[in-house]
Amino acid sequence: MIDFFFLVPIAIGMGLAGLASFMWTLKSGQYDDLEGAAQRILFDGNEGPVLEEKRPTPPTGIKT
Amino acid sequence: MSCCAPGAELCLVEATSSNEELLLASRTLRDGLRQTDLSVPDMHCGACLQKIEATLGGLDGVAFARANLSARRVSVQWTGDNPPPLIAALQQIGYQVHLDEATADRNDPQLTRLLLALAVAGFASSNIMLLSASVWSGAEAETRDLFHWISAAIALPTLAYAGRLFFGPAWRSLRHGRTNMDVPISIGVLLAFGMSLYETTQHGPHAYFDASVSLLFFLLIGRTLDHVMRARARQAVEGLARLSARGALVQRPDGTQIYLPVDEIEPGMTILLAAGERVPVDCRVAKGHSAIDRSLVSGESVPQSAAEGSLLQAGTLNLTAPLTIVATAAAKDSFLAEMMRMMAAAEAGRSAYRRITDRAARLYAPVVHVTAFLTCIGWMMATGDAHRAITIAIAVLIITCPCALGLAVPMVHVVAARRLFESGIMIKDGGALERLADVDTVVLDKTGTLTAGRPRLTIAGETSAGARALAAAIAAHSRHPYSEALAAPGGTRPAITLDDVIEVPGAGLEARSGENSYRLGRPDWATGAPPAAHPDAAVVLSRNGDCLAAFRLDDQLRSGTREAIVALTASGLTVEILSGDNATRVGDIAARLGVSFIANARPADKVARIAALRQAGRKVLMVGDGLNDTPALIAADASMAPASAADIGRTAADLVFVREDLQAVPRAIAVARRAARLVRQNFGLAIAYNVVAIPVAISGQVTPLLAAVAMSLSSLVVIANALRFGDSPWARPHAARPAGRTAPLTPGLAP
Repeated sequence: MIDFFFLVPIAIGMGLAGLASFMWTLKSGQYDDLEGAAQRILFDGNEGPVLEEKRPTPPTGIKT
Repeated sequence: MSCCAPGAELCLVEATSSNEELLLASRTLRDGLRQTDLSVPDMHCGACLQKIEATLGGLDGVAFARANLSARRVSVQWTGDNPPPLIAALQQIGYQVHLDEATADRNDPQLTRLLLALAVAGFASSNIMLLSASVWSGAEAETRDLFHWISAAIALPTLAYAGRLFFGPAWRSLRHGRTNMDVPISIGVLLAFGMSLYETTQHGPHAYFDASVSLLFFLLIGRTLDHVMRARARQAVEGLARLSARGALVQRPDGTQIYLPVDEIEPGMTILLAAGERVPVDCRVAKGHSAIDRSLVSGESVPQSAAEGSLLQAGTLNLTAPLTIVATAAAKDSFLAEMMRMMAAAEAGRSAYRRITDRAARLYAPVVHVTAFLTCIGWMMATGDAHRAITIAIAVLIITCPCALGLAVPMVHVVAARRLFESGIMIKDGGALERLADVDTVVLDKTGTLTAGRPRLTIAGETSAGARALAAAIAAHSRHPYSEALAAPGGTRPAITLDDVIEVPGAGLEARSGENSYRLGRPDWATGAPPAAHPDAAVVLSRNGDCLAAFRLDDQLRSGTREAIVALTASGLTVEILSGDNATRVGDIAARLGVSFIANARPADKVARIAALRQAGRKVLMVGDGLNDTPALIAADASMAPASAADIGRTAADLVFVREDLQAVPRAIAVARRAARLVRQNFGLAIAYNVVAIPVAISGQVTPLLAAVAMSLSSLVVIANALRFGDSPWARPHAARPAGRTAPLTPGLAP
């Protein structure tokens, strides 16, 4: 049994790779617009998902 | 494509956003790049998406446009001092657009956290289970120890990462001297891990790493489902902010004009309000004559005229002509701000409701902990073996960890939500199902809830087709909602030549054709007769003062209203109508339906009425659609709104029904009651499991294998019971209408 021990780290490593890729897809916003993504494969163009840019700074008092 | 041609006619009465407003609402990104978020509710398919992106992308100054089909939103990044004509461009291709609140947290960070924790726990529990399986099947001591160490190495970071979602709340509630479901979970998981670690260092045969991690996994599933069901009700208040204008064009005493954000407007300032703009603060009209949509205040979409001296509330919509107004209150003292305060207060009152899970936890946790403690003492006294006594006590905690309880409620709610969805009812919060099941009083709004959409103009008495066509031809010259309703119906109409059509604000339209002078408008103005001559007419067409045709406002009941009321009364609920409309019209409908009513209720009156009912011990379901109902929707125990409701009404309500049929109300209550029954059954099952498992655990017979099997089994039983919701006893709706929006809301002329 101990002879096949090398399979254990391989199995865990593969699991970790899957977990890491899931986390990456979640963080890079690939689940934000599932409907849109389903439609976009029909169109040309190759933009990926877009992440929101944070840091809103609203301007004040605009003269006309 | 049919879905891509939304009615452009509605855009006319929508508030428009000026360039300055767009600029105020945009966010600075970097290097003069600004981002504006627009909400496009009519974006339905890939073609819409492409068209919108292409249109916006083609505008000068637009650096980047990205549409989100799921959220029906577009983010546009642009450069320059003046925003590109984004809204006009989209309206031109037939989409209604409004500015989206620039709230940063639109993707739910808590859900992301839960999903990440769930993924980690899933990974860890599956790997530890694989290792455990070989231990259970009798691995040699050396291999077993090795596998235990690997399990510990996986379990420790998992507990630290996924477990903190439970440990944090548990610690907080313990510090406040309370206990909730998180406390027994945390104690069970941590003790199981600690004991297993100790056993591993002592080369013991039994380790519960699998139990502690798979517990986390199951509980996180329940927690995630629960979160997905949870409302984003807090957005209702933010949504109301969208109705307030962001700024207004202020005329200074020296004649110059400046666009000021609404917060900087002070009482006494003179404001120029264009047609189609929302009133920024409470104010008085100084000059001009226009029609005002006061649906925010009264719920009635019938516009009212405003002349010099009229007082206007913030948030109402100026429809036909520009006005010069003088502010009478600052934004924070205006009507809209008051509504927001009312809603926030109502919401604070509702959060006092304790979910059934929390109530169960209050009983459950002490019982379990006392049992474990007594077990420990008992074994101590019986054998004197401290290690054994503690091991068994911990086994009791592991086996009683509320795994099934954690799934019992959210599982039923998810299945119930699916059932409701099939009947065209959306639910936003699992807690709403619990509250809805307890309801014993139903309060209904009239306009838009009992009656379908906007009132329609129908012809009173006999009228020739010629007169109707003439009315349509004259009405085509005005943007007043009545005129649009009259001009709307298509069909071939004879070409009528009119000379010199003028609009008399507050009265109607006057047209000349050859010798004749036609008037279309207020009855007393059109015919010169006193108002009593045409009691129920709203609009009259006259030729040289003789009445040609009279049109009246007609309230059409939603389909299924009568049946719904009968079903509600039959199931023991008290029904009443609470409307902002006048007593005659409400009384008429109440008499037709045979229920009691309260008329002329302002938003605050509605909240007061609901509060009074609740004070009397009633559980109230509020069904309403207007902005004026929104505080009442939040104040009630549970609330429903039709999909045709104002945005904020929809956000505030717990349930939204998309079909026209009012029978959604009794159906939702039936589903909620059945869900409550299933939740109780699930609790019963979970308790029965504990009744069987605890004696086994106390007697010291629990091995890790038994714990894993028992816990998974109890969870599966609870899930299976929840899925029984499928073969439900109520009849399915016969007419399988597509679950889409209700019939178009365009005011139409009935034939």
